[in-house]
Amino acid sequence: MSYRRLRAMFVKELHHVTRDSRSLAMALAMPMMMLLLYGYALSLDVDHIQTLIYDQDGTSASRNLTRQFQGSHYFDVVAFVNDYHAIEHAIDTSRILIGVAIPRGFGKDLDAGKGKVQLLVDGSDSNTASIAMGYAESVVQGYSAGVQQDVINRKGIKPPGPIDARMRVWYNSSLESKNFIVPGLVAVIMVILAGQLSSLTIAREWEMGTMEQVLSTPLRPTEIVLGKMFAYFLVGLVDSAIATVVAITVFTVPFRGSFIVLAISTCAFLWCALFTGIWVSAGCRTQVQAYQFGILVSFLPGFLLSGFTFSIDTMPKAIQGLSYFFPARYFVTIVKGVFLKGVDFRILWVEMGFLILYGTLIFWRTVKKMNQKVA
Amino acid sequence: MNGNGWGVEIHDLVKTFGSFVAVDHVSLQVPKGEIFGFLGPNGAGKSTTIRMLCGLLTPTSGEASVNGLDVATKPEEIRKNIGYMSQKFSLYDDLTVDENIDFFAGMYGVPHELRAQRKQYVLELAKLTGRHDALTRTLSGGWKQRLALGCAILHDPPILFLDEPTSGVDPIARRAFWSFIHDLSDTGHTVFVSTHYMDEAEYCHRIALMYRGKVIALGTPAELKHGLDTHFLLNLNSADPLETMRAVENLTGVLDVAIFGRGLHVMVDELDVTMARIHETLAGKSIAVESLERITPSMEDVFVALIEAEERKAA
Repeated sequence: MSYRRLRAMFVKELHHVTRDSRSLAMALAMPMMMLLLYGYALSLDVDHIQTLIYDQDGTSASRNLTRQFQGSHYFDVVAFVNDYHAIEHAIDTSRILIGVAIPRGFGKDLDAGKGKVQLLVDGSDSNTASIAMGYAESVVQGYSAGVQQDVINRKGIKPPGPIDARMRVWYNSSLESKNFIVPGLVAVIMVILAGQLSSLTIAREWEMGTMEQVLSTPLRPTEIVLGKMFAYFLVGLVDSAIATVVAITVFTVPFRGSFIVLAISTCAFLWCALFTGIWVSAGCRTQVQAYQFGILVSFLPGFLLSGFTFSIDTMPKAIQGLSYFFPARYFVTIVKGVFLKGVDFRILWVEMGFLILYGTLIFWRTVKKMNQKVA
Repeated sequence: MNGNGWGVEIHDLVKTFGSFVAVDHVSLQVPKGEIFGFLGPNGAGKSTTIRMLCGLLTPTSGEASVNGLDVATKPEEIRKNIGYMSQKFSLYDDLTVDENIDFFAGMYGVPHELRAQRKQYVLELAKLTGRHDALTRTLSGGWKQRLALGCAILHDPPILFLDEPTSGVDPIARRAFWSFIHDLSDTGHTVFVSTHYMDEAEYCHRIALMYRGKVIALGTPAELKHGLDTHFLLNLNSADPLETMRAVENLTGVLDVAIFGRGLHVMVDELDVTMARIHETLAGKSIAVESLERITPSMEDVFVALIEAEERKAA
């Protein structure tokens, strides 16, 4: 291997990135754009649930229950209606998620210990629906507990107290989904960028005819692959710095770990992901082909098999197994761990080891593949 | 330096793609310092042969050596000794002239202390001094071609492979290009150049005509023209070329008739007898003959004749 040729390749590749304004914009603006778009749009928090109330009872008891819903920040009571048809229509048009129907005689039944209230829920988005049902149930139960307490107080009895479960949530104490999503997003953006940046590079040279010229020089496959990798490595490091800063400043995600741990693991990840991209490129003669193949190995696993939004533990075993073959999963674990838990290599060594091993393996395969092309 | 004096030596070289034989048992030798022209129509196998010599394709069978180095076993050594210009323009369009030169200087491992000097040389050669900051895509065809050649000789390789270097370049630029190739040859460089411009054959020391994967003629331009000595070429101008063609093409002694400019080129084997016969026939059909005279065949005539002879053999 010649240092001179390696450096010439590296410098040339950097020129490509900085010369073409589109690829430069893609390389630098994309992490910010994606982080802002996904960070704001991809919220798994369920609040401001649009609610209709159909109060058939009209007693103080039913009005008290209604007030419980109005007081909760999870529910927005949008209107009061006078028949079931209005609730049905509002659910059909997706205007509301929940309809609360308080039956006639609710107050009397409550005194007799048989109080019932009907909740109509739009279950088409099952996840949101079940979360909303949970909140609604706790509102109703809170109300009923209050009523019981009143009765008990009036009678002057002291029953054995209810058990108070004291929850303490670690790592994301406010349970905000952004704290969970944004660090994962930082990782996924890097997965996608690394794949997209590098997967076109060799295919483009074949398409432009420059590869033939380059192959007629003493340049060796190792130098092509390494020279290109280092150029995108630099871009990748800048991107990951941008993404990290945006995550911490704009989204105010807690950063509990060490920047050095994050930087080193980003290097290991880029080592792995960039070689994967170049490997894809080495197998394609046209950019279109490389782009499609690149999406298949970086974009899809990045979003679906990384554990970034969809928990891997709940996937079928076969899919779980598949996720081990993509670097995305390991990097998402690392970035989330460093951001939220502040863990270091004593915990993350398995992921690190895999990234380095996988990267080295794919580097070797890529050089082999290039060799076949030269012949 | 290696022992033998051949810049390029090919023996029984074959390249097949599936059932298609692109290069069919080609053998030839090119002495050092020679300008060797590789002529033939598109698809004749010229590029395939050159690519094998540059180590870009593996021969199916046969042997080839470049500067005394075996293509099959020493491709990496060969790459240090050659400059290659592919058929399609293949520098980086989005890089400046400077950046392209620097890149290839790095690729060829031009020593640091020689860089500035070689770069200056190439810039002057390509007449690009003062435009070194220009993006390569903004250069016109002739300039790009010169830059490509400049990049291929940055490391002063003893052997140059130029695959149709002048295609798409205007005539003045082509002439300048050939004059430069002669300069290279004068300083001992071997130039192996392919072209489909027949007139360019005259610039070469020796030429090989390739047709359907085979070398069907090999020699100096003069030798190839002399090869036609048993035939004679006539230029025939008449009032009605098409009618004339129909009238003479089946006459005894006429080997071939082709429309050429506004007249006809007629290939005959017995000069005087056939000329008389043509005059007689055309007079009989009352077609006025403006002129009928013997001319020296051009390279193009030579190749047309050779290819047609080859086709008659095949039929």
